[in-house]
Amino acid sequence: MSTIAEYYFGLPLLLRMVLQGTAVILVLFPAAAACSMAERKISAWIQGRPGPNRTVAPFLAWIPGISILRNLGLFQLAADGGKFTFKEDPVPGHVNKFYFILAPIVSMIPALTTVAVVPLGAYISNGQLLPIILADVDVGLLAVFAVSSLGVYSIILAGWASNSKYPFLGSVRASAQLVSYELSMTLSVLPVFLWINAPGEHGTLNLFDVVQKQSGTGFAWDSVWFAAYMPVSAFIFLVALFAETNRQPFDMPESEADLVGGFHTEYGAFKWSLFFVAEYCHMIVGSGVFCLLFLGGWNPLPGLPLALLADWLGIAGVPLLTGLLGIGIFAGKVASFIFFFMWVRWTLPRFRYDQVMNIGWKKLLPLAIANLVFYALAIAVIQK
Amino acid sequence: MAVITVERKPLTFAERTYLPQIAGGLKTTLKHFFAPNDTLEYPEQRPAIPPGYRGVPTLVYDPHGREKCVSCQLCEFVCPPKAIRITPGEIPAADASAHVEKRPQEFEIDMLRCIYCGLCQEVCPEEAIWLQNQYSTTGYTRADFVNNKQKLYELGGTLPDPHLKWDKKLAAEQHGNAH
Repeated sequence: MSTIAEYYFGLPLLLRMVLQGTAVILVLFPAAAACSMAERKISAWIQGRPGPNRTVAPFLAWIPGISILRNLGLFQLAADGGKFTFKEDPVPGHVNKFYFILAPIVSMIPALTTVAVVPLGAYISNGQLLPIILADVDVGLLAVFAVSSLGVYSIILAGWASNSKYPFLGSVRASAQLVSYELSMTLSVLPVFLWINAPGEHGTLNLFDVVQKQSGTGFAWDSVWFAAYMPVSAFIFLVALFAETNRQPFDMPESEADLVGGFHTEYGAFKWSLFFVAEYCHMIVGSGVFCLLFLGGWNPLPGLPLALLADWLGIAGVPLLTGLLGIGIFAGKVASFIFFFMWVRWTLPRFRYDQVMNIGWKKLLPLAIANLVFYALAIAVIQK
Repeated sequence: MAVITVERKPLTFAERTYLPQIAGGLKTTLKHFFAPNDTLEYPEQRPAIPPGYRGVPTLVYDPHGREKCVSCQLCEFVCPPKAIRITPGEIPAADASAHVEKRPQEFEIDMLRCIYCGLCQEVCPEEAIWLQNQYSTTGYTRADFVNNKQKLYELGGTLPDPHLKWDKKLAAEQHGNAH
């Protein structure tokens, strides 16, 4: 074990970074694909159906207990993936070929880039809690916002390059919607950073530090997660997150009832599946950011930080186990959040476009500003 | 007629935030999430067929194994889509049921034409043709969908019918009181 670790840390930094990044992508990409199966299963269960449960690889069918995986649709997922990869990928004759092919690639890049600055968990080394993160930079959340908002370019590109009216309408709606809700989203997280950055200290937008401020033990002030201190912020961020990830009830760019398929009407096969996976990546990263900001990240319960739990389990001295514990708790929170996303999708009908704009500009934005002013004053009084 | 003016109350603040309704909807879907499925795993589980169901038309034997059909061709005549084609045939004198005189030599029902109306069953004076419970017919060619006599009797089986009209008629004839 230690020789592998020594060999690994002996590699050049750049190579190590590439390996780490590849590893994260290799987890995130299938996880996003698995979300599509989760979506199908959850929709089925909500609608009183079993969902996809027939597919099984013939050479695995003899294994006892494999039917559990079959019933969960795992092989259907593989079959879908294979189909999307190998089926004919037509490019319609009337599109702008270069941008048409560029759009799905552009959609994947921000989706897989934002994860770099999001801590995926934490581990304890020599009694110190450290983040598991690809790029531990101080800009943190700002980088997430900056990069994830690039995702809208793929939708605009796809809609425009498709050279067809429904994709175009979908992309116009998407750009308007994303811009509107980004404002509220950014304003809603400002109170969190006003609170954790006391004047005169080293300022940070790092998500790890946000979780550290929610890692108090017992009944300390900082053991309560920010969702309880700032419920309105959390609520606005949540609503904006739904809008930013184009999820129901805000899935204007796709609204298949009035726009056929929205921005990806002209897409099929692998390119379409890239859009799909990118959407789920955004969802996963967005859920992760929400959990870090408002739900205590990798801390299992309010007042029970990861370090304390690791002490109780007697694994505080083993960095690997504490890391796995931290990742496990965080992944559990993100997974339940993804479930919430899907639960909402199969519950709510879609808003009308004017309602989306109304909510975004006339309700959510003033609320976010009022929230910011209130917390700015409150924090000024408390931290004085 | 009195006109009733319905008072349309403006939405309350809670309603305008959508939130109570969203919470209610989430509660409903969560209830369904944990509820058992409403569906059948079809090929393995079959639906319960209600009595009087009109499935594939079939021919039946009587309890003594005699073909009930006497090839009177009423069903062929009444069949609205002309799905039935009967070739009548005589029963040879050596046969046990020679007194019945006729039975179909060939009896074909084209299931691509059949509309499952049940008129054949209704019109049959011998209660020989029955629409039974089978509802799923498959095949690879058009010919596969034409049920011939053998297939129809396979599907139909025996009708547990105690009347035995023709046996009574034969007995009456032998006692010399034929009508």
